[in-house]
Amino acid sequence: MDVKVSLGIALGAVLAIILIAFFGAQVPGLQPIFGIFLPYAAFVIFIGGFIYRVVQWGRSPVPFRIPTTCGQQKTLPWIKQNKLECPSSTLGVIGRMFFEVFFFRSLFKHTKAEMADGNIIYSPSKWIWAGALLFHYSFLIIVIRHLRLFMVPIPGFVKGLDTLDGILQVGVPGLYLTDVLLLVALAYLFIRRLAVPKMRYISLPADYFPLVLIFCIGATGILMRYFIRVDIVSVKQLTVGLASLHPVMPKGIGVIFFIHVALVSSLFIYFPFSKLMHAGGVFLSPGRNLANTNREKMHVNPWNYPVDIHSYEDYENDFREKMKAAGIPVERE
Amino acid sequence: MAKLPKYYELLNIDYRPPKGNWMDTPVDIRPGIYCYPARPEVLKKASMNDRSDWKKYWVVEDEDWGLPDDWKERLLNKMRDMLSKYRTFKVYMDICVRCGACADKCHYFLGSGDPFNMPVLRAELLRSVYRGEFTTTGKILGRIAGARKLTKDVLRQIWYYMFQCSQCRRCSVFCPYGIDTAEITIMAREIMNELGMNIAWIQESVTKCLFTGNHLGLQPQTYKECIDCMLADIEEYVGITIDPSWNRKGAEILFVVPSGDVFADPGIFTLAGYLMLLEHIGLDYTWSTYASEGGDFGFFTANEVAKRMNGKIYREAKRLGVKWILGGECGHMWRVLNQYMTTWHGPIDFLEEPVSPITGTKFENAKAHKMVHISEFTADLIKHGKLKLDPSRNDRLRVTYHDSCNPSRGMGLYEEPRYIIKSVCNHFFEMPRNTIREQTFCCGSGSGLNASENMELRLRGGFPRQNALRYVRDKYGVNMLACICAIDRAAFPTAQQYWNPDVGVCGITELVANALIMEGEGPRTHNLRGFEIATWEPRP
Repeated sequence: MDVKVSLGIALGAVLAIILIAFFGAQVPGLQPIFGIFLPYAAFVIFIGGFIYRVVQWGRSPVPFRIPTTCGQQKTLPWIKQNKLECPSSTLGVIGRMFFEVFFFRSLFKHTKAEMADGNIIYSPSKWIWAGALLFHYSFLIIVIRHLRLFMVPIPGFVKGLDTLDGILQVGVPGLYLTDVLLLVALAYLFIRRLAVPKMRYISLPADYFPLVLIFCIGATGILMRYFIRVDIVSVKQLTVGLASLHPVMPKGIGVIFFIHVALVSSLFIYFPFSKLMHAGGVFLSPGRNLANTNREKMHVNPWNYPVDIHSYEDYENDFREKMKAAGIPVERE
Repeated sequence: MAKLPKYYELLNIDYRPPKGNWMDTPVDIRPGIYCYPARPEVLKKASMNDRSDWKKYWVVEDEDWGLPDDWKERLLNKMRDMLSKYRTFKVYMDICVRCGACADKCHYFLGSGDPFNMPVLRAELLRSVYRGEFTTTGKILGRIAGARKLTKDVLRQIWYYMFQCSQCRRCSVFCPYGIDTAEITIMAREIMNELGMNIAWIQESVTKCLFTGNHLGLQPQTYKECIDCMLADIEEYVGITIDPSWNRKGAEILFVVPSGDVFADPGIFTLAGYLMLLEHIGLDYTWSTYASEGGDFGFFTANEVAKRMNGKIYREAKRLGVKWILGGECGHMWRVLNQYMTTWHGPIDFLEEPVSPITGTKFENAKAHKMVHISEFTADLIKHGKLKLDPSRNDRLRVTYHDSCNPSRGMGLYEEPRYIIKSVCNHFFEMPRNTIREQTFCCGSGSGLNASENMELRLRGGFPRQNALRYVRDKYGVNMLACICAIDRAAFPTAQQYWNPDVGVCGITELVANALIMEGEGPRTHNLRGFEIATWEPRP
């Protein structure tokens, strides 16, 4: 996709969300729409859509067991099996999936291939792995940290994570590490898409849009916390109200908050319809989540049906005389 | 046939993609890259769509292919059907984030620089159609959502590039979600088979195999004659007379090999190796002319065709009343056997759990399937000291091992072949780590693409492997590439004549047979190829 068009669409869409929230939240009487209705709608669409997609995948059959075997199979007892890369048990599969989901093990294997003097040179390249891991974990921690806004009392692990995240103790209020890391990681992923020719060539608007959207979510969050402060007591009143299903719309929350909420809601709504569903799909990928035990245990294909196999009888009928002449035994003389 | 570029022209590879939008890039179907279409009469004989409903004879390079009026509907119906039958297909259409990890992992991309050979873009060709024809967002947003309608031009592009994937699965190793491009091109090929859009090289083998029992179309007497030829060679060079049995009822084991080994140099020397090895240990086994093919080119057309071809092996095992089945060295054969065969035909209760009659080893990993790989079998024999070996007979050879794609990434057979080679050769050297084991490169001709009219594609795709081979040739003086795949043995000599003209190709059972000290053998002055062991210089 043409990069200018792609960027234009991605940036334009995010800008539109920001503008709608900016103006909309200042229209008298519309604040409940942006503060209550939109988050609820987004949440319902997100949960419903996510479940729908996963159920759709889950209901489609897995006719064959075709994992990519990246290590030694279970074989003769004196040959060491690679239980993680070529699992033969459920535990092995869980292990493989654990490292895949939590540490992006396959991405860690990434190498870069270049031509130099008629030779291909492969060099390890961990940037994409580091960038992806940094982004996902920062985002996860930020999401967990946000639970403090929805829960009374605030659970211990949320408080603990909060303290850990703010361990640098820079500035007032304290700077969260993940805030910075999230933006850095997103900037890297974004620039990588633009600067690496191959990446630019394969990228679609749907690849830029979530990056820009989440970047703006992070940026508005940071703005709200450090620069354009909002009344946190009112915010918590709203968020706790939302969580307890008794929503109230306190007065005097700054417009930046509504922009932030609109962006987050957009992400929630967009999620189930987009590539972001890889979050659910990774668990269902038959290339990774199956044991390599096809020869040990029979795997059943639910839609298996009999096929027409050219029978031995027909074969012998075709070649009987020739077989006899060659001294190959036949069933019927 | 297209003129072959010189190697320095071929090496003029640029990994930077062109400017502009790939969706606007018209497909340029080039001679030397594509394979000829399957002949209608050959398709018809196999009861597959023979394109008789097309408006004209299919000429690939023509702008207008003369597709039937309802071409689009039929392709989309088939695609819908496949989406509902395979979770792989559905999930892989949905979850790619285009992270680019696979982009430079494909041997065809590394050897050509064609951006559509990046696995991600190869898949996007089909994914864009999936989004445009099957998803709501794609239907509404169109190109903004990366969606396209299926048009005749899009179909031409999809066909061209789905037959530039050898289904080696190297990209799937690096994908953070395990998306397997092989699975995507398998689906695409099956969808296009709905209209009879297969290639001649694959279809000829399929149709022959369905009726004569093997890809080469060798009738029973010819199949036997080919093996008799090797028996004569063994008698001459080894001094041993072997009289194997044919279609014999009551044998303990049925032995099935890829038919390529029966016919073509250097596979025939691997075949000679099988004959010597199994004679030496006194195995009670039989050959079959009906189940005379382990490979399955049907796998490169449609699932049902693959199953029809593969079904003969169990049928024959049942008819002959054997206990279990031993399989020879072959790549896609073992992918199909390992990942599909039992599911297609199981449960296999008429055979017994494989046990080596020589060592007593139970092959527990083959409990349900009842087939054992010759490398598993041989490694077990060597481990138990059942073979008398003289590795010094292979001392002229400086060997490297090519992990054939399918037994590697579709089975996990990595250590057995290495153990065997190290037991029968004194000089073994590994190619660089990024090019072996689970990261191994395809020979460049897999998945039925080992025709001759697409030679440029094959040489380009073979380049990453050949480049790694050249590295060990220069560094360690490697002069022999060992492998466990019949397509490898057919494809590498061609690739090596071009890229590494002083490195030979062999199957590992040939190496075993060279080193094997057989009871009553004559003076072993010549190897199975008829060259003097003491002075042999291998060539492709």
